[in-house]
Amino acid sequence: MATYQNIFTQVQLRGEPEAGIALPPGSEPRIGKGTFNHLMGIIGHAQIGPVYLGWTGVFSLIFGFFAIEIIGLNMLASVNWDPIQFVRMLPWLSLEPPGPQYGFSPFVPLAEGGWWILAGFFLTASILLWWVRTYTRARALGMGTHVAWAFASAIWLYLVLGFIRPMFMGSWSEAVPFGIFPHLDWTAAFSIRYGNLFYNPFHAFSIAFLYGSTLLFAMHGATILAVGRYGGEREIEQITDRGTASERAALFWRWTMGFNATMESIHRWAWWFAVLTTLTGGIGILLTGTVVDNWYLWAQQHGYASLYPDTGVIDPATQGSSAQ
Amino acid sequence: MKRTLAIAAMATAALTLAGCELGPKQSVQNGHRGTGMDTIKLKKVAMAKDDVPAPPYDMPTGDGPKAATVYQNVQVLGDVTEEQFTYTMAAITNWIAPEQGCNYCHNPENMASDEIYTKVVARKMLQMTRNINTNWNKHVGTTGVTCWTCHRGQAVPANYWALPEPGKKGVIGNLHGQNSPVAASAYSSLPTASLAMYLTGDPKTDKSIRVVSKGIHPSSANTLTTMQTEPQYALMMHLSTSLGVNCTFCHNAQAFQPWNISTPQRATAWYGLRMVRDVNGQYISPLADTFPAHRKGPMGDPFKVSCATCHQGKNKPMDGYKMAKDYPALWGSPVAVPAAAPAAPEQPAAPAVTTATH
Repeated sequence: MATYQNIFTQVQLRGEPEAGIALPPGSEPRIGKGTFNHLMGIIGHAQIGPVYLGWTGVFSLIFGFFAIEIIGLNMLASVNWDPIQFVRMLPWLSLEPPGPQYGFSPFVPLAEGGWWILAGFFLTASILLWWVRTYTRARALGMGTHVAWAFASAIWLYLVLGFIRPMFMGSWSEAVPFGIFPHLDWTAAFSIRYGNLFYNPFHAFSIAFLYGSTLLFAMHGATILAVGRYGGEREIEQITDRGTASERAALFWRWTMGFNATMESIHRWAWWFAVLTTLTGGIGILLTGTVVDNWYLWAQQHGYASLYPDTGVIDPATQGSSAQ
Repeated sequence: MKRTLAIAAMATAALTLAGCELGPKQSVQNGHRGTGMDTIKLKKVAMAKDDVPAPPYDMPTGDGPKAATVYQNVQVLGDVTEEQFTYTMAAITNWIAPEQGCNYCHNPENMASDEIYTKVVARKMLQMTRNINTNWNKHVGTTGVTCWTCHRGQAVPANYWALPEPGKKGVIGNLHGQNSPVAASAYSSLPTASLAMYLTGDPKTDKSIRVVSKGIHPSSANTLTTMQTEPQYALMMHLSTSLGVNCTFCHNAQAFQPWNISTPQRATAWYGLRMVRDVNGQYISPLADTFPAHRKGPMGDPFKVSCATCHQGKNKPMDGYKMAKDYPALWGSPVAVPAAAPAAPEQPAAPAVTTATH
């Protein structure tokens, strides 16, 4: 029974594709009849489709396509439409938000940030429509809407970075550029400008929840794989009807650390850790520059920035030698 | 299958390590413990201080007539002995134009003539060198600089910059002055022309390098945006690359702004930045009309200096080798004394006074 002790799924079933439950009245038809793919079956379920796209899905994909096109074509134009340079330079290329001279005006020349606003609008529309989809599909299946609210937490951070905080600061130039290195440079410049983001307590919370999420993910994944030989991966059944897998998983942690989550609570833990990562992160970003301008000084005032010995170095600008 | 996997794993490991520096390193702590303030250096470095050329011959020490009384049109080095003057000229030839020789600057028919532009430039550069060695000891200490510090045997130093062309309109071919892996921005996607924003030496255009607020809460005292912070970040990356050190050589990464947790090197760098402004503003930019077009940037300004021009990847140029001590002629007054006698028939008056050559 070493079957389950592997990164990849060892057993793939074949038969008639699973059609799923009947859709509620007023629903649109699902696309495709369902097919099987061996490679997908190695990492997940082998059945591909049918897909319920609906009008939210269709428009989400269209808007998402617009956003990627605007970003990609701007980057391609910036290297004179040279596809080789586009590939070579891709990590450096960017689509930048409008400069500080435009404030938060929605009317910005396209080449000077207008394209960035448009790309952001389409990307936001696409993401929000996809959020509606995660909500309505969950409702159609009679599920809770936990996925949608977790997604909403990530959208919150995205909107704070690109829209809400720039709005409060009155400047698009506070927003993040689209681009691989450019968005990382933005991150570093942001921390430099606002006196070290590591002293922002909400940034600290966000990191704690992020690292906590990975820890919980590792513990939970490992536990379920370890009891896979007893059917532990059938978690839903184990929740309603505790079997030997569930009992062993619980005992393992009780013996190891004296306390154990339950088959339900571990998922609440994981959900809250993941949701709080972006929720607290968004709060931290929103407070930066709007309420606190120098997090290091703020942390000193609140007594939690380490004080290192004075090196005795004095700002030369205060010594009257600036004329030199 | 297993063999393929093994080969793939080895190839991946080799490729991954190809970007690593495997040579033995030495780590020197330069800040309080626990702050990650240390400098890591390779134990064996290809370029060593023995690259520095030896003096052309034994330094003359005797007294004798001053250069100004022996030669015509010696405006800067006139206060040293004729022997010292000849010795310094021989060294300068070796440092700047070893192949072209004296005639790179001088008309062999009339050595006193200023007709070749490089001689006018060289005079200004000698004033600059004396100015650095006399007035900027807070940056160069007692080590001082020579022409070699920047030139290294080339007429034009390897590391220079010039004002950028004005930004393009539209999106085609427009990288908005950033997103190019160039040395000036340490191969990042940060703005590439940050030197032109901070180091021209023109107090009207040079921006303040400081971006961090002095107060906890937002105020009108500092309204710089994140986007406007990026050129400053690029400038700091330029310093870091030019000196071959990381941020913690000068700063405690806990907070970049406070001086009382920074290292003494930060103050040295502060004077260095002002020295670069002084050099560009007082000695390089005034030569705009002297230099020919191929010695100027796209905006018609002469090639300017940055930290990299002298440092060339070392936190002390040439590892701090005290080369200038062998050349006392480089330590005098930076003021040019107009020649007593006419330089050339077509130039009845000496062309250069203290501040403006042309």
